[in-house]
Amino acid sequence: MSRLIDVENLTLQFDTDEGRITAIDNVSFNLEAGEIMGLVGESGSGKSVTAKSLMKLNPRNAIYGTDTKITLHLDDGPIDVMSLQNNAEMKVVRGGAISLIFQEPMASFAPAISIGDQMVEQLMIHTDFSKAQSKELSIEMLDRVGISDPSTRFGQYAFELSGGMRQRAMIAMALSTKPKLLIADEPTTALDVTIQAQVIDLMKDLVSEFGMGIIFITHDLGVIAQTADKVAVMYLGRLVEQGTVRDVIRRPAHPYTRGLLAALPKLDDIDAPLTPIPGDIPSPLERPPGCVYNTRCQEVDGPQCAVKIPGFAQVREGHTAACHLYGPTEGKT
Amino acid sequence: MNERPLISAQNLSVHYALRGNLIGPKPYVAAVENVSIEIAAGSFFGLVGESGSGKTTLGRAMLRAAPITKGDVLFEDGEVSYSLKNLGKKELKDYRKRAQLIFQDPYAALSPRMTVRDIIAEPLEVMGLTKSRTETDERVREIASKCRLNVEHLRRFPHAFSGGQRQRISIARALVSGPKFIVADESVAALDVSIQADVLNLLKAIQQEMGLTFLFISHDLSVVAHVCDHVAVMYLGRLVETAPTRALFSNPRHPYTKALLSAIPSLDPDDRGKAQKLEGEIPSPTNPPPGCKFQTRCPKAIDRCRVEEPVLESAGTEHFVACHRWKELSV
Repeated sequence: MSRLIDVENLTLQFDTDEGRITAIDNVSFNLEAGEIMGLVGESGSGKSVTAKSLMKLNPRNAIYGTDTKITLHLDDGPIDVMSLQNNAEMKVVRGGAISLIFQEPMASFAPAISIGDQMVEQLMIHTDFSKAQSKELSIEMLDRVGISDPSTRFGQYAFELSGGMRQRAMIAMALSTKPKLLIADEPTTALDVTIQAQVIDLMKDLVSEFGMGIIFITHDLGVIAQTADKVAVMYLGRLVEQGTVRDVIRRPAHPYTRGLLAALPKLDDIDAPLTPIPGDIPSPLERPPGCVYNTRCQEVDGPQCAVKIPGFAQVREGHTAACHLYGPTEGKT
Repeated sequence: MNERPLISAQNLSVHYALRGNLIGPKPYVAAVENVSIEIAAGSFFGLVGESGSGKTTLGRAMLRAAPITKGDVLFEDGEVSYSLKNLGKKELKDYRKRAQLIFQDPYAALSPRMTVRDIIAEPLEVMGLTKSRTETDERVREIASKCRLNVEHLRRFPHAFSGGQRQRISIARALVSGPKFIVADESVAALDVSIQADVLNLLKAIQQEMGLTFLFISHDLSVVAHVCDHVAVMYLGRLVETAPTRALFSNPRHPYTKALLSAIPSLDPDDRGKAQKLEGEIPSPTNPPPGCKFQTRCPKAIDRCRVEEPVLESAGTEHFVACHRWKELSV
């Protein structure tokens, strides 16, 4: 496997009327080609903003940290995403090397343009294909994702397709430009479980066929367990735990990850009580000092927690957690 | 638990008319077709199925919020006894305070222009249940603290609250009129897992404390397994299986129930690919297949399934299944 993307010290703030909000705080991770990384966390943890930052797809009031470095390793050499300035330069990354699938397929297709025209449009922007070639490839992709009668569907509009069908069409569209990295932002959350199982299977097939990397954003740890190779857990803009899917789910190291797992209803033990994590995720305007999780943490109550930000420490080979349980602090207060 | 049903649907059908031609029979959609369920007083009854299976329509019909085409819903709480199909205006008003609904989306269900106090007090005022403002305030404070809302926050507007707190406000509003029967339609679907656990625990605690009966509609079987005593599975407007929770999850009989259970992503990363996958999607209710409604996706369908619609048969204590082949398939 070869390295696909390196994200180092990603920090992102937004200038708002209420002050400067920190949305992502010093996040670093990497992904190999052909690897699926699950990005997990509650609403408001910064998962989607992180994903969008990889394409600098954030509003104008976004301020990136000065030491933020995002390197995309393409066949023609590495691209420093942060140095890309205007939309013309960004085209290589947006929809080219990186494709994005959203949660709501109804909201991501234009309602008044047929599915086919939308697929052709983006192919003509990102590839050298003619209109006829683009149409041919689009129909082929629709067929590939399991849409029956693809040439009819090509001419239809988003409202004519069911939810599962729309999400398949979205995947077909995202993959038709042969991206190196696919970001899937809650792609199955709005779907029924039976359809979810079909879509997950489809995505796994396509990864092995095209050898791309996937960042799979979800709050559903069951979906992660079934798809991802490795997992990153996010809380209030910070990564708190990273590791292989087996380690993180079977031997969670961070109290937040353990809390998420305890709150999950499990089918194999229906009498087990559900233990909620007390309280709500704080507003990004009121980020707690020290460990971001200290206001809700049930396990650790050390003198350091509310003062010092814990740094990542190795729990075992390839498994790290940012908690004072495990050691070094980041030196920031 | 009291075994006498508080509310029961009897051969209930809900049809909606479609636009048709001037001549010929009027076309319709059978959103719910010939469904019978009994919900015992004090129980937590789960209703599951995919989108389009008719679970919300059934819940609404039991609140008289959807038209009852055939059959009936009987409500009997010891004080009154209603047949929902033939309910007078006055009785319907009385029924509204005995049966309430909690919605799915706590962001859409609360008016942004009303304070939390006014939101919770509205049912009391509309139904004329309290005589004075002081009495209303008292009831609101009482129910708010039961739903673990900070009574200091009653003067705030909904935007100041998180999703979990908003859902507690919706619950308080549903409970303020002192209902006996609550329909919770996907009430935790929009919440994060940790908040979901909190709201589920709250619903359970309130149910036991106030002796309520719940119809809990959800597409999430693991949630249903944790909170419900009894579960009914619907597919394309029909009831395909109903059983006590433990029996349904340990011993599902209908191929659809089995497929639903195996489609739930397992938390075990080594369990991958074991799931029994269901092909295709739920057919449109405007054009349902003949015979068993599940035959188009059923891996076990035989010729008989394509012609004859199965009826519910007893498959154990309080366990009913509508499948021609359940006996041979469970051997």
